[in-house]
Amino acid sequence: MQEMINRAKELLSDGTVNRVLGWRRGDMSYNPEPSYFETAEDLDANFVYNGFCGANLSKYMIEGSKLEGKTLVFLKPCDSYSFNQLIAEHRVDRDKAYIIGVGCMGKLSFEKIKEQGVKGITNITIDDANENITVETLYGEKTLAYKDCMLERCHVCKGKEHQIFDETIGESRDTKDADRFAEVEKIEAMSPEEKFAFFQNELSRCIRCNACRNVCPACSCRKCVFDSTKFDSAQKANVDSFEERMFHIIRAFHVAGRCTDCGECSRVCPQGIPLHLFNRKFIKDIDEFYGEFQAGVDPEAKSPLTSFTFNDVEPGVTGGRR
Amino acid sequence: MFKIAKSKLPELLKAIAAQQELFLPVNNNGQVNFAAWFEGCNADIETLKTVKSPKDMFFPQSETLYTVKKEQHKLSVEPQALADQNFVAFGMKACDIQGIKVLDKVFLAEPVDTFYRARREHGTIVALACHEPEESCFCKVFGVDCAEPDADVVMWNANDTLYWKAVTDKGTALTEALSGVLENADAADEKAVETEQENIRAIVEKLPYTNLSLEGWNGNVTEEKFNSPVWEKLYKPCLACGTCTFVCPTCQCYDIKDYDTGHGIQRYRCWDSCMYSDFTMMAHGNNRTSQMQRFRQRFMHKLVYFPANNDGMYSCVGCGRCVEKCPSSLNIVKVIKAFEKEAANHE
Repeated sequence: MQEMINRAKELLSDGTVNRVLGWRRGDMSYNPEPSYFETAEDLDANFVYNGFCGANLSKYMIEGSKLEGKTLVFLKPCDSYSFNQLIAEHRVDRDKAYIIGVGCMGKLSFEKIKEQGVKGITNITIDDANENITVETLYGEKTLAYKDCMLERCHVCKGKEHQIFDETIGESRDTKDADRFAEVEKIEAMSPEEKFAFFQNELSRCIRCNACRNVCPACSCRKCVFDSTKFDSAQKANVDSFEERMFHIIRAFHVAGRCTDCGECSRVCPQGIPLHLFNRKFIKDIDEFYGEFQAGVDPEAKSPLTSFTFNDVEPGVTGGRR
Repeated sequence: MFKIAKSKLPELLKAIAAQQELFLPVNNNGQVNFAAWFEGCNADIETLKTVKSPKDMFFPQSETLYTVKKEQHKLSVEPQALADQNFVAFGMKACDIQGIKVLDKVFLAEPVDTFYRARREHGTIVALACHEPEESCFCKVFGVDCAEPDADVVMWNANDTLYWKAVTDKGTALTEALSGVLENADAADEKAVETEQENIRAIVEKLPYTNLSLEGWNGNVTEEKFNSPVWEKLYKPCLACGTCTFVCPTCQCYDIKDYDTGHGIQRYRCWDSCMYSDFTMMAHGNNRTSQMQRFRQRFMHKLVYFPANNDGMYSCVGCGRCVEKCPSSLNIVKVIKAFEKEAANHE
C-alpha cells in the first residue's frame, strides 16, 4: 500500500495526473469507500488498499473521463477487463486515465464473514500472507481462513494479469478454486419448472434498489430505460411479476456479450441475489455458440453478438441449440 | 410476565397465527426479512437485523390506491379497501419501532393517511429486545433503549427462553388469547430479564458509534448545513442507487403512478428514493439536477428538516442498515462525522 501512496504522490507532484482515484479508509475495518485524492497529505492520511477494497473503480472513470486533466486510477486485474470494455464502448477516455494495475490477493466479503457467526466486529486484521483474518468482536475473537471470506467472484478468478495498465504495483494471487460455470450447469440441469421456481425465489427478494445496475460497468447508459418517466412499467413499484420476469432478465440481455463477469452486481445486492448467474449463463452460451470470448480482453475485438457471419448459429425455441 | 421455552417457538407462532395474521422475520436462502407466517416457515429470531426494515407491514413498498374501470362509455372508480384484519408484527426491534413513530408523525398528522392508519390500528407489535447488538447499531444516539422496546408486547431472548411481557391493552388481549402456550413467569424469571437488560445495555455502551455526537444538527441550521462545501466531497462515491432508502425504517417518500391495465387504470403508490433522478419530478422538470443535491436532500431531511418540523425528532433511528448495505460504504454516520470534523477544523 505504501508503494501505491508514494507513486501516487510522485505522479501528483510532477503534474502527470490531477487527481487520484482510489479507496478512502473507512471508520470500520471493512468499509473503505471509492474516493478521489488531490493532495499528498490526504493520500498519507486516508488512502487505503486491502482485502476490503472490492469496488471496481472502472465505472467511476466514466465520470472521471469528463474531469480536467488525467486521473490516476488503481485497477485490480479483474477491474481492468471492465476498463477495456468501456474503451470499446467509447464510455471512458484512455488518454484521461493513468492506470496503475494493482495486485490482488482476492477480495473479502463482509457478508461471508458474518455468515460464519461473527457479530459486533470491532477490528479486523489480515495477516501478511493473506491466509487468515482475525476478527475482534464485542463477543470474542475469531480467526477465519481468508479463502472462506472471499467474494464469490474470487473463487472463479480470471487470473493475475492486468488487461490494460501504464504500470503495475504489487503481487497478485490466482484465487480460483471453483469451476466458473458449475453453478450455471446445475441450473441448466433443472426442469423448466424447477428453474422458474429457483429464480422466482431468488428474485422475489429484489427491492428494486438498482444497486446492481448502478454499479455495473456495462450499464453505462446515460439514462436507463427503467428511469424513464414515460415508460409505463412498474419500475419502482416492486410488483412481483415485474422483477421476477422482466427487469433482471432484460438487464442480463442488455449486457450480454459486454459483461466481463466482474461480479459487482452480486457483491452489492443487499438481498444476496446471485445475479451473476444470469450473466454467466450468457457467457457460457456465447462460448459454446461462437467460440470462447471474454469481454474486456481486447477493446478492438468484435463482440460475437454485435458482429455477423454466415456461419453464425441460430439458437431458438424451434431450432434448439443450433 | 410470561415465558416460553425457545424450543417451543413454532407452537407459539402457530397459536398466534390461529388468532390473527402473523408477520415475522423469515430466512429465505440466507436473507432474513419480515414475511407472512406459514406452517414450516424458516422463522429466524436470532438474526439481529432484517435486510429491509419492517415498515412494509404498515407502509408497503407498493399498494394500489384505487382502480378506474372503463366499460363502454362509462368510467367507474373503485377505492381500494382499507386493511380490516388484525395482525401481529412479531419480533420487531426497538429501533424499528422508533421508525414507526417517525412514520406516525408523517402519516397520522392531518391530512391523515387512511391506508396507513388502518394498518396501525389493526397491528399489534410484539417486540424483541436486542440480545446481541452489533457494531453498526447506534440507536442510543437517538434515545432508543434496545433493552426495553416500546411496544404492545415485549420479549427478551435469553437462557433458551423467550420472556413475554404485555404492555398495552392490545398486548394484554393477545397474551390472554395465548394462555394455552405461555407459562407464568416467576421472580427468578423477572431477575433473568433484568440481567439480560443489564447485559444488553453494557454492550451498547461499548458499541463504536454509541457516542456519536449530534451537536450542531438540531435547531436552526438549515442554511449553514445546506450550503456547506462538505457535501461536494461526501457524495462522490454515491452510485445513486436506492439501497439506503429502501432498507431504511424511516424513509417515507413515495411516488404515485398510474398503471394502464388495458381497460382501465390502477393508481398505485410505491416507495420513491431521493437518490433517483426522477424524484419529485414536476412539469417544469426536476428541482434537483445533480447527485450531490439528491444526496444532500436525504441527510438534510433526516437530520435537519424533519426535527425542525417535528419537535426535534430526528428521522434516523440508528438501525445501521445503511452502514451495512451501502454498495459504496457511505452512510449517515460518515456524514455526521464529516461535519463534525469540518466544524473542528474551523475552530
